[in-house]
This record gives sequence, C-alpha cells and structure tokens, in this order.
Amino acid sequence: MTLRARHKTGLVFFPAFDWAISPNHPEREERLLYTRDQVQEEGLLDIEGIEELRADMVTAADVQRVHFCVPDLWHVMTESHFISAGGAKALAMAMAEKRVERGFALVRPPGHHAMRVVHGARGFCNVNNEAIMIEYLRAAYGIERVAIVDTDCHHGDGTQDIYWHDPDTLFISLHQDGRTLYPGSGFPQEMGGPNAVGTTLNIPLPPHTSEEGFLYTIEEVVQPILAEFRPQLVVNSAGQDNHYADPITNMDFSAQGYARLIELLQPDISVLEGGYSIEDALPYVNAGIILAMAGIDYSHVTEPDYDPAKHRQSADITGWVHKVGDTVREIWARREALQEKARGNDRFQRRQRSIFYDTDGISETQQETVRVCDDCAGALRIESTARPGRRILAVHIPRRACAACRRTARQWYDTAETDRFDMVLLQDRPTDRFEVRGP
Amino acid sequence: MIIGLDVGGTHTDVVLLNQDGLVEALKVPTDTDDLFHSVLQALEKITAHVDAAGVSRLVLSTTLTTNAIVQDTIAPAGMIVSSGPGLDPDFFRTGQHYYPVPGSIDHRGRERKPVEAAAVEAAARRMTADGIRQVGVVGKFSVRNPGHEIAIRRQLGDRFERIFAGHRLSGRLNFPRRIATTFLNAAVYPLHRDFFQAVRKSLEKRGLAVPIDILKADGGTMNFNASIDSPCETILSGPAASVAGALAADPGPDQCLVLDVGGTTTDMAVLVEAAPLLSPAGGRIGPHKTLVRALYTRSIAVGGDSEVRVAEGRPAIGPRRRGSAMAFGGPAPTPTDALVVLGHMQAGDRQRAREGIAEVAARLNLPVDQAAERIFDRACSAILAAADEMVAAINCRPVHTIHAFKEGLQVNPGRMLVMGGPASLFAPRLQALSGRPCRVVPRPEVANAIGAALARTTCEVTLVVDTEQGLATAPEENFSRRVTGAYSLEEARRDALELLEKKALKRGARPEDLELEVVEEEVFNMVRGFSTTGRNIRVRVQVKPGVIGSLKGDL
Repeated sequence: MTLRARHKTGLVFFPAFDWAISPNHPEREERLLYTRDQVQEEGLLDIEGIEELRADMVTAADVQRVHFCVPDLWHVMTESHFISAGGAKALAMAMAEKRVERGFALVRPPGHHAMRVVHGARGFCNVNNEAIMIEYLRAAYGIERVAIVDTDCHHGDGTQDIYWHDPDTLFISLHQDGRTLYPGSGFPQEMGGPNAVGTTLNIPLPPHTSEEGFLYTIEEVVQPILAEFRPQLVVNSAGQDNHYADPITNMDFSAQGYARLIELLQPDISVLEGGYSIEDALPYVNAGIILAMAGIDYSHVTEPDYDPAKHRQSADITGWVHKVGDTVREIWARREALQEKARGNDRFQRRQRSIFYDTDGISETQQETVRVCDDCAGALRIESTARPGRRILAVHIPRRACAACRRTARQWYDTAETDRFDMVLLQDRPTDRFEVRGP
Repeated sequence: MIIGLDVGGTHTDVVLLNQDGLVEALKVPTDTDDLFHSVLQALEKITAHVDAAGVSRLVLSTTLTTNAIVQDTIAPAGMIVSSGPGLDPDFFRTGQHYYPVPGSIDHRGRERKPVEAAAVEAAARRMTADGIRQVGVVGKFSVRNPGHEIAIRRQLGDRFERIFAGHRLSGRLNFPRRIATTFLNAAVYPLHRDFFQAVRKSLEKRGLAVPIDILKADGGTMNFNASIDSPCETILSGPAASVAGALAADPGPDQCLVLDVGGTTTDMAVLVEAAPLLSPAGGRIGPHKTLVRALYTRSIAVGGDSEVRVAEGRPAIGPRRRGSAMAFGGPAPTPTDALVVLGHMQAGDRQRAREGIAEVAARLNLPVDQAAERIFDRACSAILAAADEMVAAINCRPVHTIHAFKEGLQVNPGRMLVMGGPASLFAPRLQALSGRPCRVVPRPEVANAIGAALARTTCEVTLVVDTEQGLATAPEENFSRRVTGAYSLEEARRDALELLEKKALKRGARPEDLELEVVEEEVFNMVRGFSTTGRNIRVRVQVKPGVIGSLKGDL
C-alpha cells in the first residue's frame, strides 16, 4: 500500500492561535488546537502530494473589491482577518498557477455571514473570505463562472447577499432550517435578485438530518444543478457544525459523512467556516476532509464514539429532506419563468432590509436599488444606516457591467447629496477601483 | 586533549586537539566494507605518539547506521502498532513483521479503546517463531499518554532481546514518523551496539579508556550509553560534522550559509546566530521520514569529482560521479579537471585533465580554456542556485499565529563559509558569482573532524500540561506529575528546563556547556460550555547545538 495523494492538494493552515473574539467565545484561540494535533499526529503533511502553503495577507484592494467597510477597513478588520482571507487567497493563487490541483484553507476567523456592506461583526464574521478569494481570482486570472456550495450548518447569508444579483455565481446553501437556528434566513423562496433568479438556492434541512439526508441532497439536488451550471470553479464553504457533537446546532452529521460529501462534491477549494465541537468533531472531520480532497482512503477516520446506528434519521426527516429537495429542483428548473415573474415591468427594483450584527450589537437598515438588466448583473445602490454607526451610500458597478448600468451607477455616485450621508462609496469593478466621496 | 573522527565516503579524517588548537590531522582511506578497521586504523595512527592518559574526549562521527539504512542491510525488526481512528496503519508497514493491534488513545491522551492483549500475544508468538530479536512498540498519541506502549512492552516481557517504545524516542507528534523512527532504532541497534562495543574494547586494550561520544544528526553529541537507547540518532552524521566544523571555525552572530564541497556532493546548511537551523519535523534518510532531530540541510549532486556532460549545448555537472578526476586517473572529465586546466590547481596530471576537458570543449565548440571556465562557473552557479532554493523554502514555511506571521524569522544569509577538499578553489568563484563574502574555514579538508571533536552534547524535551486533567507529562523522559489549575507557563518552563538539564548531563554534557533555551511555548485556555476549565500548555526546550570551544585564525 502506498500513501500518495491522487490529487495534489494544498493546505493553508492558519489557526490564529493568538486571536479570539473574547476569551470564552466559541471563536477562540483553542478552536483548532486539537485539529492541529490530529493533523500533525496523522502525519498528513508528510504525504506526497499534500503540501502546506503559507498564508499571506490580503490587500486593501482585495477587500474593497467585495466589501464596503464602514468607516474603513481598519475599523472592521483585525490582522487575523487579513491573514485568514489571505490564507484563502494564497491557496487560490497556488491553484490558479497549477502548483496544486485543489486545496483546503483551514483558517479562522470565518467569513460567510459577512455581507457586502460591513459595519462590524455578525455571526463571528467580519469579512467574507470566500468572496474576497473569488473576486481576486476573477480579477487576476479571468475566471468567470463560479459555484459556491455552503455546507455550514448556518445559512450563509453573507455570501448570499454578496452574490444575490450575480448570475455568474451560483450560491447553494445547505443548512439547518432558519426557523430553528441563527441567522433565521435561507428559505427556498430566497432565490436571487431580478437579474439572477435561480443562482441563489437555499436548502433548509430539518434538525437531526444525518448522513443519509445530507448525502441525498448532495447527490440528488446539488450535483445535477452543478452539472448544468458548469462552473469553472467550485468553492465549498466548509462549516463543520452539522456534526452530531456540535454544541450550538442540532444536526446528526459525522466525519465519515463530511469526507464522503467532499468526495461527491469534488470542490476545487474548501474554506473552513464554523464548527465548534473542537475536541470531539473537528480533529476527525478535518482529517477526513483533507484525505477526501487528496483522494486518499479515509474509511478509518471516525470519531472514537461514532456509532452510525445512533445517528440514523427518522422516516419523517427523510420525507422532509426529499420535499425540500423537490422544491429546490423545481425552482432551478423554472428559473427563467420565475425571473420573468419577479421582474414584472420594473426598470428598477427596491428592497428594504434590517440587518442585525449579533456579535457587535449593531442594527443596520438598508434600502437597496438594482437596475433590472438583461446584459449584466445590474447597477446596484445601497443606502445603509447603522445604529450605532454611520449612514452611507454604496454604489456597485458589477464586473461585466453594460454601458447603461455603468452610466446609471456613475450618476448615482456623482450626484449623491453628500450632506445626506457620512460617506459615499463606489466599487467600480470594470476598472477595479474603489472610490470615496467624503462630506 | 580531544580526538575527533569523521568517517566520510572516501576518507576517514581524524584530528587531535589541545587547548592551543590543532595538534595533528590525518586521513586514512575509508574501507566501506569494514568501517571498524578504518576507525581503528585512524585512531591508532593519531594516538601513536601521544600519551593516552592525556586524552579526555573522543568523538566519533560515522556513516555506520546511515549506510546500513540506505543500503537496506539493517536487521529485521518486529513492530506492534496500535493506531485507533485515522489513516489505515497498514500504510506505514515497515516490513513483514508488522502487527497492527486494536487500541486507541486520543489527542488529549485519554484512552478511547483498550489495547487488545490477545492480539499482542498473537503478534508476539509470530515474531518469536520468526526469530525476531528486536521489537518496536508504537501507539498513536503515545507522547500524550504512553500507557498502551508501556502495557504492550510489559506483556512482551523478556521474550525479545530489546524493545524500543516510541514515546521514549521523541516527544513530538507524528505517528507515521514515530513508527519509522522506532523501527529504525530497533533495526540498527545490534549493528550499532556491536560496533561501538568493539571500538571501546580495542581502545581499552591500547590503554585509551576514554568515554566515547557519538555525533548525532543535529550537529550535537551523545555518550555511548545514550546511543544504545537511541542509536538511530547517529544517522546523517556527514552534514552534522560539516556544520559543527563551521561552528567551530566561525560562530559569528549573523546568518551564514555553510557549503561543504565534496567529491560527489555539496551539502549546505544555514547558521543563524551561531546555531544551525534544524529540520522542523525531523530528519529524512532514504525513504524514511523520521522524528530524529536533524539539521535543515540540502545536498546536491555537484562536487569536485562530478562527471561533466554536455546537455542542450551547455555543460552539465553531475549527478553521477564515475571516479576521481581524469587528472588523478579517473574515467571522465570533472570540475576538478577544469581547475587543473585553468592552473588553479597544481596537483594532478595536467595533460590528462586537458584531454578530458578538450572532449567537452569540442562538443561546446569552444577553446579548451574557455570550456574549462564555463564548467567551473556552471558548477558554482548550480551550488548557488540550490542554496537560494533552500533559503526560499525556509522562508515560505507556514506560521500559525499572527505574532509569528509578523515577527517570523526571515533567513537571508549575508555570507558563506566553505569547507571540504576543493573549498579554497571554489570560494573565490562562489564569491564573485554571488556577490557575497565567501570565506574558507581553517583546515577545510579536516573541518568535519574538528567539528566532531568540538561538538556539544545536545538534546530536547517536550512538556505537555493539561490542567483540566491535572497532568504535566514528558513521556520521553518518563516524567509525569499531578498539577493543580494554578500551574502556570513559568512553572512549565522551569519543569521542562530541569528535565532537560538532567537529560543533558546524563547524555554526557559538561555542566559549563549547558546553553539551554525554550524553542516553542504555547498556552491555551480550555473553555467548556462558557467557563474556563483549564489550561493547555506546551513547552519545548533544547540544548542549543554549538561547540565547546572554537578554533580561531589559520591553524
């Protein structure tokens, strides 16, 4: 038996052993300690074809390509955020330059609850590691079609927000039903803005879904949709809190299940998100994911107390999972008709939202306006007021914006009444520039 | 007086030092089929005219275990391995006599599944029937709790001549490397024991009852008794002797690159503040990745006697060595021949060297002298390129804290130290091509033996504390004590340093050479639910590799 990776796999490990939200917070220094112990003891980094890469720092431009940070980057990011996002970026670069075939960024702090506008931290997240990485790849390496499959137990509402209007990015989130868990969103009816209906797909699963339910959803719902979407890049937001031992969720998934999920999904890049059973789950789940990514036999990677019989889902749950899957498949199949219906005769569409930053205790209200457009993701304007905090106008010109959307967005930015806002910000993606108009 | 001896591939070098410096240096040819003879011959020669009573230290650096492992002439050894969840232990099979048994210990050292005595018994019977004499016992996470290894060893009793337990060989995590290291120790044990007992006996016969120290892969030494418990630490002695030689010559406070230019290869290492960089995980020998403390070295197959070929219109050096240079009767042109042609080297048959280089020159379409220049440049730039690659690899090593990310050591050696036979010929060209000062160590042809003579006794200790379980342990030192929740990092440091000092003295260190340092320390608050339930502390300490004196000036 020879031990060799079938796929050359990069591993960025940045456990931020000197960073915590607060000393007793689940997102604390100790979180990946036992994972590192397990990875070291298993000798995974000695395996031919598995390579540990050094995390780098992201630049301000990398972050501003995705986020409007209020009042600026330095107020909402710590060094650890720069390195965590930089870890994902370093891996993406290695992959784009074909130094590795695929990889796993085991980094913290996590990012999938961070939305386009950032006034502070929510759901332990400040900036969105995956989005920063993806937009970097698009800017530097010309990658267009990307799929993100978020397998964290919590709805990836931040990633959903960032890609809500982007028809080139398919975002699929599997999570515990929002009626039973933070952040309370992520229902099938949330399916994307008027220019991108169907490229946001939400699959809320009932509490106590186990291997059977997760793997069914991946094989019967996610895989066929991915095959049709034909992404150039598949990113997995690899939360590990669906595990039966996780202290803040209610699912029944396992290390074997996670490894099998990766084997089915074959992501190019996985980025760690949540997962707080730091001793009983994470060491085994992470070892399983690394082996599955590398294409090495993981059948002996199990939790010491693993007993599949104890984590089998009931017939009710199976029925529920199948029903949700049917709903999502139907949305995907009818996405063009649904988009037609969602647009009506509107030239612009508005939505009003309240966003709560649980980690920092900030309340934000947003009025978002998007230009309905057949040619691009649509000019986007967001008026955002945070309490405590600032009132801003954020204008986004999408990557491949059409001339009309560029004109509209420019006009919004140039004619904004600066006395109404503390700041007026512009993300001009076609020129890859970030602009600020002060008071 | 101190005697240092280094067995190399071609020559065995031996030196005699006193307080004033080098008294005598000589070389005898190495007989690779009978190292014992080479060692004895060299020692006999160097002590021929000295009073044996005046010799206080004898340090041997030999390729004995290295050769046996690389050539796979080691003894068969049995392995009993308890792994628990993770990679299939069959991936790490060491050979025919390899027995995985059920049993599991987790990352915090808690037993999750007892060892199965019946399986151990079955393995023991099979190994006994197969005539196995040495056995290795390894458990996953045994450095967190050696209970299973100890239980298996106890169960084997005295049915085998020698049993090596993984947790005693290194305090570091890495189960596959622990298996390889334990296996190699068991497998080289009889060879190592017989060899050094024989050396000791013959020396005693000659009235040289000196304690023998043996050079280790990390550039330090251990005494004979310690080596019997971990003979595998004597691997990779060649580069270790080079680095010790560089330290003896020039323990500067800056960073420097050490190049040992030999006949077949050039070995390179990095010194930072008068200490060599060590390999982060452990030394590698042949196909085996081990936990043996070893220098961070790189070796390329470019040396004075490397065969020169022409590939794609350019001279190519190595990787083969087909014999000595043509100037010295060899079969193929070499960089040494180029040096002879260019007049940098006076020895050797100039005519034959010219003939060899002429062949290469014809294929390059160049005059002979110009071809010789080209060959010499190519050899030097290949060495420099490999050195740059090594430094780049060191600098892109991953870090796990913000602090290390910002403060992490960046290596950028500003100068070079060169040793080995052709050192003085290569140094000026290496300096010209790299633009960095390049100095030749004093007596470059025997610098290795001088290094061995002056190397310090080194070792390391890893202490792990889990105050939630109320335990501080260093299984490699057979150390375990109860601690309270108040146990602090300072106490951990103190306990670790105390263990280290004891260990170093036991392994032969002189009290005045104990330069102890903390190389890694981490403290984590353990939180369960929403309250702090304990602290997890890890401290690694070492005797800094170095020398017990230095040779200044040109001897």
